[in-house]
Amino acid sequence: MSTTIERRRDDVGSPPPPPPSGALRRTSDWARRAPLLPALLFTILVTQLPFVVTLVVSFMDWNAYYPDERGFTGFSNYASVLTDVNMREAILTTVVLTVVVVLVSLLLGMGIALLLDRQFRGRGVVRTLMITPFLVVPVAAALLWKHALFNPEYGLLNGTLTAIWRLFGSEDAPQPDWITAAPLVSVEVALIWQWTPFMMLILLAGLQSRPLDVIEAARIDGASTWQVFRYMTFPHLRRYLELGALLGSIYIVQNFDAVFTITSGGLGTANLPYVIYQTFYQAHDYGRASAAGVVVVIGTIVIATLALRTVSTLFQEENAR
Amino acid sequence: MSSVTDVGPVAATRTPEGEPRAPRKPRSGALLGVLAWLIGILFVVPVLWMVLTSFHSEEDAATNPPSLFAPLTLEGYRSFFGIGTGANPWPSLANSLTASVVSTVIVLLLAIPAAYALSIRPVRKWTDVLFFFLSTRMLPVVAGLLPIYLFAQVSGLLDNIWLLIVLYTAMNLPIAVWMMRSFLAEVPVEILEAASMDGAGLLLTLRRVVAPIVLPGIAATSLICFIFSWNELLLARTLTGTVAQTAPVYLTGFVTSQGLFLAQVCAAAFVVSLPVLIAGFAAQDKLVQGLSLGAVK
Repeated sequence: MSTTIERRRDDVGSPPPPPPSGALRRTSDWARRAPLLPALLFTILVTQLPFVVTLVVSFMDWNAYYPDERGFTGFSNYASVLTDVNMREAILTTVVLTVVVVLVSLLLGMGIALLLDRQFRGRGVVRTLMITPFLVVPVAAALLWKHALFNPEYGLLNGTLTAIWRLFGSEDAPQPDWITAAPLVSVEVALIWQWTPFMMLILLAGLQSRPLDVIEAARIDGASTWQVFRYMTFPHLRRYLELGALLGSIYIVQNFDAVFTITSGGLGTANLPYVIYQTFYQAHDYGRASAAGVVVVIGTIVIATLALRTVSTLFQEENAR
Repeated sequence: MSSVTDVGPVAATRTPEGEPRAPRKPRSGALLGVLAWLIGILFVVPVLWMVLTSFHSEEDAATNPPSLFAPLTLEGYRSFFGIGTGANPWPSLANSLTASVVSTVIVLLLAIPAAYALSIRPVRKWTDVLFFFLSTRMLPVVAGLLPIYLFAQVSGLLDNIWLLIVLYTAMNLPIAVWMMRSFLAEVPVEILEAASMDGAGLLLTLRRVVAPIVLPGIAATSLICFIFSWNELLLARTLTGTVAQTAPVYLTGFVTSQGLFLAQVCAAAFVVSLPVLIAGFAAQDKLVQGLSLGAVK
């Protein structure tokens, strides 16, 4: 009996054997768990504990300027977060910003991935060019867009307009103040520029994992390019589109750098992370900042659950192979 | 006449052996190639503009229309590095490097054993553990900011680079566990079994058999962790001050305190982005796998 157990335990790699009974099992289980524990404990300590504290503080009346008036107030912080006009605008801004950036960069990314999936001269170079925006440090990218591109007096956008108008002999080129005229769109454009490469990379990987022989067979059977895309490429890409959308959402819901740098949260661009940062950093109202944090967490959990489900489907497919 | 024109395309779609070949439209293909080039150039223009402007004088940088062919100068870089301005970006660059490199090393030390316990000798319910790690990455940082700030204040860790190192480690650990697991899963179990039958010890097995297969994975994981730590702004801005500030924080402060000098801003943005650009270009193929947490191969 014991020999069979020993043999099974040596059977590394296969799913864990049905547990034998007693102390032997416990020792073996802990030997398996040991390498996992440092990482697990570290993660729980650094990421879960603060959330528990946030949850507790969100039910407290706690302002750094009035330390004596600290106490529990029930749901009043949540009431003030959800009835506050600024906060509600911030929730709306966050949703609009995330949806617009994710959808547009996903569509652009898909178009560019389809172009890059073809054979043409210099394909590798174009792929490298496309990745570049994603490799610019986010703060640096935001500074670049704000000062070097959007600036109404000497930004590249207005400079190009002047150059084009001069080409046709006109001196009165339109010189819009981009950030003032369309603050949220300006932030979105800068973010779309950075996130399109991300979507493109994931979708290109998806395209290149297509079973080419099946598509070739369909072509020979007379399927048009559109039919191949609609009935073969697109269904295959769906998982990758979902993955890109959900991972992108998680990063963009949390975006702070672009809003902070380009508009400093002004002109109706303050999203939730920025407002929480402001409440906490400037107003020192810890209770309200925590309640706002919990609201963001609940919002993220909704997205994250969807994201986890998608990743888990991909994951199971990979393991099934 | 019509029969001649009909023959052309048919002949073109067949190989000399008469085997049918996928129809090709060379002209539209070339056009799409040109389109891809145009889009690629369009996306890279802001970066090229940043680099070009950083080498112009402040006067040439602020012209309208832009002066593309103005003489090149290192003026912007000189003022960024403090010649004549008294600015000193070196401490913040050194802080960023310390925080990114040290946190990446700790991440690897924690993630590799964890990934081993999730793939090669899996614990029971290992998928649940894997998804727990991932779920921590999805919770917004901003929601845990306050307790971390208060803890740092009480323990005197505010404006201390080690606090950032610990937080960046926690931030990147889930990604690293996922990536390392997907790499370790590729280690053929038969080799491990053979190694253990030959009497090789666990450490020897790891070094001789596992390491050569997973070293590329470790490289990819390090790249992603390094980039994310180097880029981080929110935590660094909230939890550091004059001593431990990182390069992104220096960038944001630099503009408000110095007023706007376009060439200097572009030089600063380029210098701070350079490590990520170099690392990213060097390991393009690893990027996809890292960004999708190993879900996309």
